[in-house]
Formats: sequence, C-alpha cells, structure tokens
Amino acid sequence: MKRRDFLRKSVSAGLVAGAAYSVGGYDKLWAAGVPQAFPDLVAIKGGEPDSMFDKGMSALGGMTNFVKRGQIVVIKPNMAWDRTPEMGANTNPVLVKRIVEHCLKAGAKRVYVFDNSTHNRVKAYKNSGIEKAAKSAGATLVPGDAESYYQEVSVPGGISLKTTKVHELLFESDVFINVPVLKHHSSTKMTCSLKNLMGAVWDRKWWHSNDLHQCIADFGLFEKKPALNIVDCYNVMMRNGPQGVSVADVVNMKAQIISTDMVAADSAASRMLGMEPAQIDHIPIADQMGVGVMDLTKIEIKRISM
Amino acid sequence: MPVPFLKKFRLLFASLFFLLLIISFLDFRYVIPETWFTVIHYIQFAPSFLKFMETPALVATGFIVVIALTVFTGRSYCSFLCPLGIYQDIMSRIGGKYKRKFSRFSFSTPYTILRYSILAVTLIVMLSGSIFLVSLLDPYSIFGRFMTYFFEPVIIVVNNLLAKIFALFHNYAVFRVDIIKIPLVIYILPVIFLSLIGYLSFTRGRLYCNTVCPVGTLLGLLSKVSIFRISINHASCTHCGRCAANCKASCIDFIKEDVDVSRCVTCFNCLEVCPDNAISYGLPHNIFKPVTIDEIDNGKRRFIAGSVVAIASATGLIKAQNQSPAVKGAPVPTRESTVKENRTYAVCPPGGVSLGHFNDYCTACSLCVNVCPENVIVPSFREYGLSGIMQPRMDYHKSFCNYECTRCTDVCPTGALLPLTLEAKKLTQIGKVHFIKDNCIVQTEKTECGACSEHCPTKAVYMVPFEGNLVIPETNDKICIGCGACEYACPTVPFKAIFVDGNSVHQDAEKPKIEELNVKELKEFPF
Repeated sequence: MKRRDFLRKSVSAGLVAGAAYSVGGYDKLWAAGVPQAFPDLVAIKGGEPDSMFDKGMSALGGMTNFVKRGQIVVIKPNMAWDRTPEMGANTNPVLVKRIVEHCLKAGAKRVYVFDNSTHNRVKAYKNSGIEKAAKSAGATLVPGDAESYYQEVSVPGGISLKTTKVHELLFESDVFINVPVLKHHSSTKMTCSLKNLMGAVWDRKWWHSNDLHQCIADFGLFEKKPALNIVDCYNVMMRNGPQGVSVADVVNMKAQIISTDMVAADSAASRMLGMEPAQIDHIPIADQMGVGVMDLTKIEIKRISM
Repeated sequence: MPVPFLKKFRLLFASLFFLLLIISFLDFRYVIPETWFTVIHYIQFAPSFLKFMETPALVATGFIVVIALTVFTGRSYCSFLCPLGIYQDIMSRIGGKYKRKFSRFSFSTPYTILRYSILAVTLIVMLSGSIFLVSLLDPYSIFGRFMTYFFEPVIIVVNNLLAKIFALFHNYAVFRVDIIKIPLVIYILPVIFLSLIGYLSFTRGRLYCNTVCPVGTLLGLLSKVSIFRISINHASCTHCGRCAANCKASCIDFIKEDVDVSRCVTCFNCLEVCPDNAISYGLPHNIFKPVTIDEIDNGKRRFIAGSVVAIASATGLIKAQNQSPAVKGAPVPTRESTVKENRTYAVCPPGGVSLGHFNDYCTACSLCVNVCPENVIVPSFREYGLSGIMQPRMDYHKSFCNYECTRCTDVCPTGALLPLTLEAKKLTQIGKVHFIKDNCIVQTEKTECGACSEHCPTKAVYMVPFEGNLVIPETNDKICIGCGACEYACPTVPFKAIFVDGNSVHQDAEKPKIEELNVKELKEFPF
C-alpha cells in the first residue's frame, strides 16, 4: 500500500469511526452520547497536575465519554521548547502521563504524542520531561520536525488561512486531545488551546505574516477538532513568554481547565493571566466565527477546589 | 613481530578507526557525546597542530603523537589514522580487483620538486596569515567536507526511506530528518575532490599522498629519520619484484633493493607478498645508504599540475557562482519587504573569539557543521573573503543557535572555536540585533506578529504597545547574544525586518535583569 493510499484510508476510516468527534462541533459531541448533565468547562485548583486531572475527568463523566475502545488517540501537548518543567514553557509531563493512562484505560488502541517543536525537537522532547513520562505510560512519541510528516489540507471557512500543512497523525487518529500550557506570549499576548494548535502545523511562518490572529481563529474551523482541551495551569509563565527567561517568570498556580470548547477554555485561561478574553484578538474572532463560546456566562462551569 | 601480523593489524586497526570516524561524521541524530569527538578526532595532524598553536594544551597534542609515531615507525599516520589515506587504500584495493596483480604498481621516482613546492607554498601562505591552502589540501578536512556535505545527506535520504517504512508499522524509532539545503556547488566540490583523489588511488595508489598532500610530504621528511622502517635484505632478495608490484606508494626499487622511506606509508603489503622473507620491518640494514634521485617523469608531473590547476579553477568557479541567500520553499507573505539588511560582518560560531582568530585557525573540516543540532552552521562563500571559502558561518535564514548548546565549541579539532561553558556561551555576544521597522509585518500589514520576540531567549527583543491592540518589537542589544532566533523567525521576505550583524570581535553580553513578580499564587478562580 502506498503511503498516500494508506493515509487516505486512515483519514476516511477515522472520519467514519470518530464521526462524532471529528466532524461535529462540541455541541454535537454532547449529542453523540454524553448526557447533558456534564458541565461545559471544569476548572480545578489546589492539586497536583495528575490528581486535578482525575477530579476534572470524573466531573466530565470519565475518559470513556471521549475515547472508545479500540480508538487511536493523538495528544498534542506543548513541548516546543528546550526547557525544563519548572520553567513552565512546556506542558507538565505529569499531566501528559496521566492523560495517556486515562486514554489507555478507556481502551484506546494506541496513544500518540507529538509537537512541531520550535526548539530542537529531540532536545525539547527530552528536556520537557514529556518523552519519558508519556513513554512510561505507554504512549508513542512521534516526531514533528520534518516537513514530510505534514499534509496540505484546506480549512473550510477560513478567512486568511485557506490551506495549511497539518501533521499526518491527525488523520491517522480517531480522537484528538489538545493539552496546552497556559503562558504569556510575546506575539499573541497569551498562548493556550487555539494557539497550541500552531504546533500541529508546519507552515506557521506564513501564519505570522498573514494576520496571525485570524489564522489562529481560522484553524479552529479545521475539521479535526480537539475532543478535549486540557489547559495546564500548574506552573504559569506570567511574562517573557513563550519560552521564559528564568523561573522568576513563573507562578505556581496549581490549576487546570478542561473543556470541549477551545474558545471557552481560552477565555477562562486569559483571566488567569490577568487579562480580558477580548484583549487576545483570536478569542473574539474565533467566537464570532463559531469556533466556540467566549462569553463565560453562557456556559456551565464547574469549579473544583482541592 | 611475525610478518603476517603487521598487515592484518593495520587492516583491522584502520578499518575500525575509519568506521569510527565515519560514524562520528554521520551522527545526524546527535547522540554522540561531545567529549567522544574530542577523543576520536584527537590525532588528526593538521587540525591538532593548529589547535596547539592556538592553545598549547593536552587536548591539542595529537600532532606531537603523530610526529613521535613518524619518527619511530615511519608514516603510520597515513595508513592507520588519516581518513583520506584509508579511503585511498580502499579505492586502491578496489582498483586492484580490475588490474592484473603483478603489473599493478611499479617503482616510480618521486615528484620531489612538486611535492616540496606544494608543502613550501602551503607553509609560506600559512605563515603569511592565510590558512587557505591548508584548508584546501589537509586530508582530514577534505574528508570531513565530503562526509558532511555529501555522504551524510545520502545517508539521511536512506534514513528517511526507512523512517517511512517504520512509520507504517507505527514505529518512530527511525525518524525523518530534513536535509540541509545548501548550494549545489557545496555538494559537488567535495565530490570532485574525493572522486579525483579516489581515481588517482584507484589507478596509481598513493600518488596524491606522496605528491600533493602537504601532511604526507611533511611526515615523509620526518620519516627519513624514522627508527623502524621497511628494508630489503640483500642476501635473501631474489629480485622477483612482487614487493614493488604491490607497493601502492611506488616506493620500492627492487632492482636497487631500495625503499624510499619518505613515500613509504608502512602499509606492510610488501612484507606479506615477499616469498623469500627478504623484506623486514624494523631497524634498517642499510640505514646509511645514500638515496639517489633518478630522472623525473615529466608526464606524470604535468598530470598532477593539471589536477592542481583544475582544483584551483574549480574554487574560482564557486566564487563566481555565489548565490543569493533567498530561502526556497518557505511560504511567502503577501507583500515583500523593501529595506535591505545592512550587514557589515558575517557571524562566526560562538567560541570563535573574533573573525580574525576564527579565519586564522579554521581548516573548514566542517565538523561543527556536522555536529550542530540546529543546522545553523553552514559553509561560507565570500562572506569571509575568498581565502575563507567554506569556513563555516552562522546562517540565520536557515536556523538559529540553540541557547542551551555548546556542541560546536566542544568538538572543534583546530582551535578555531574554543570551548565555552554553557554559562559563558549564554553571555557571549557573537553579533547584535538590528530592527528594521519598515520591513516589519506589524508596521506594514498592521497585524500581529512578534515571532522575533517569541524566539528570543534573553528577551533582547521585546514587544511594546503600537497602534490599537497591536504590539511591535523593540530591541536591547546589551543583552542580545546574536543567536539569530529573531532573524530566523521573522517571516518577511526577501529582507528580514530583524537581523543579526556579526561582531568582528565577540563581546560579553549583559545578563538579562530578573525582577520579582507581584502575583505569587492563585487564590480564587478569576471567572
């Protein structure tokens, strides 16, 4: 079988098998089997990354609501930087490990973890601590630093971003889980769920020169949407983002936000950095384009203190 | 020592050492620790000599070992340790399969004037301050360039094919690697060199070593006084000529029962083929016998001279074909930038001290290009002037220098790059940032960008409020270390809105100031 055919088949198989997750929006996802009783957004504070995730997932009915037996899961943390976990530049490895464990426990056939690192991929995977943590839980680390891993796709409804090159894993997987780390960001003021997806594409330099905020919002319309957005707010970089100059840039917030809605998650996260969601241009744009809901009064939030 | 042992020992040792060198040049996954390179590449003559001239330290004593080895054993370096020498032996061996064994080689007179002229000119040019000819002719550097610019990319192509197959089975132990895009001539030049030398050894054995190579000539001079050497026992020699026919250095005159030790590379092939056990390796029987120089073969000499001219004109060709630095394949912004970057100096890698220092010691062996995990180090064309051709420089259009890395400074075998601790490297300013506002996306398109500041490890590039909700870069060159992350990240073409101009003398950068944050913890959810 040719690589291309293989991919094509994987894509169609993925679309059929995981139709609820891949083509529907967050609202259709609920309709696909999750009872309405679950909140739209869960915010947890006061625990460790893994224990907060456990609490948060039980509030959402457990991972089995998102990952079915035999499915292939791809996790996209932020592991873009050659930085250690206490710098808060990458997603906390303890959290990634626990997510992998939840997925496998829910019956996932395979769990992939990848990022298109900004720094040297091998060093970033290693020094973020994620490679070791995710592998020990049984995940497969996939490289994202060669152009040949990326496939050109169209972004239906995109205003600035019509096409982009997306990592092939997104097509090979049934469930896509987005695990950003909340940080200050020099370009976009904040990086969270929507911005984290820039690590799933290759040609982000083009994004930067063609209305960055619009491109970030546009990519929210791409067919393969995250089934879950798990925002790591354990060590939060308050300034000098996205890579940080020293640990003095980091506040140990010990929090986490989980939502099926990228825009809602980012809206809540922006407040944690002391900003208003509307200040981060791609949040209101994504809201208007129907990617998700920015107004937190319109969604049901469950707050958990540990 | 028993006779067969010597040649077998050489074959085994040279094969293993050659393999080790090759592996060290093919480490595209960057798994070999820096210190191993220091050990593996310790004993290369020209680089080690230069390193010693720069800093007389233990790590730079490889050439002294080679000299001692030569004085004791003859030109063992050429057969056991020189990668280009071992390569020639391999080519010569392959050549032997296609030629009748007994007429393969025969004694020829040395190109005495030519080889000493090349050595003299190389030394004179070096003493007058240009390392150009050393770079061009040093066998280790020739080999290094071939491995880096040609062989490694070939291996990466194979690796990438394997990676595709592995990926089909959900295995990512073999992963794809992007091949560095360098101008065609950089691929071709080392291939021309190696093919030429390969062809010479295929047909003529060690002709290059004994005629062109300045290291070979220099060690040849030293080996004239070597203690151990190949000699022929007149009593038992039957003049069968097998030794001469198998001497790839063409240095055995079996009629006169004489061995030209200045060209003998102590390969021990003659020992093995001699049916009369007349050849021995040890203290010479005829140490005081005067060496006679016969007539010189002008045809051969013209051929070699022609090769040198060809090489020289090839280098001239490169200069003429110097290409524009535009990056191919990257998506372009809608509007082109208009203000040209005003560069005064090229950026040489950290540890280079100054452009003068770097240019004086670098033989363009390209080991740093090879070990750089970011592929930011590239061979230069005219950035350092013609004499600095192929000496590496930092290309921030291709990549940027990793803040947490000192690999190039750790492995440099010539002392062109001096070792830096990570702390020192993080404060070594190899260039300074310059912002061109009129090229910047934020100014021209009135949309957010900030890629430069995002990539800056010290926040020497930071964002300040601009029009409306926008922020625009501002720079502080005191804390800039010239890593080029901003320049690399800047999406404007053809000219960057932010670039690093090289420091002709590397400077000390200030440490970024660190202030305490007001917020310490999260009390309540702010939503």
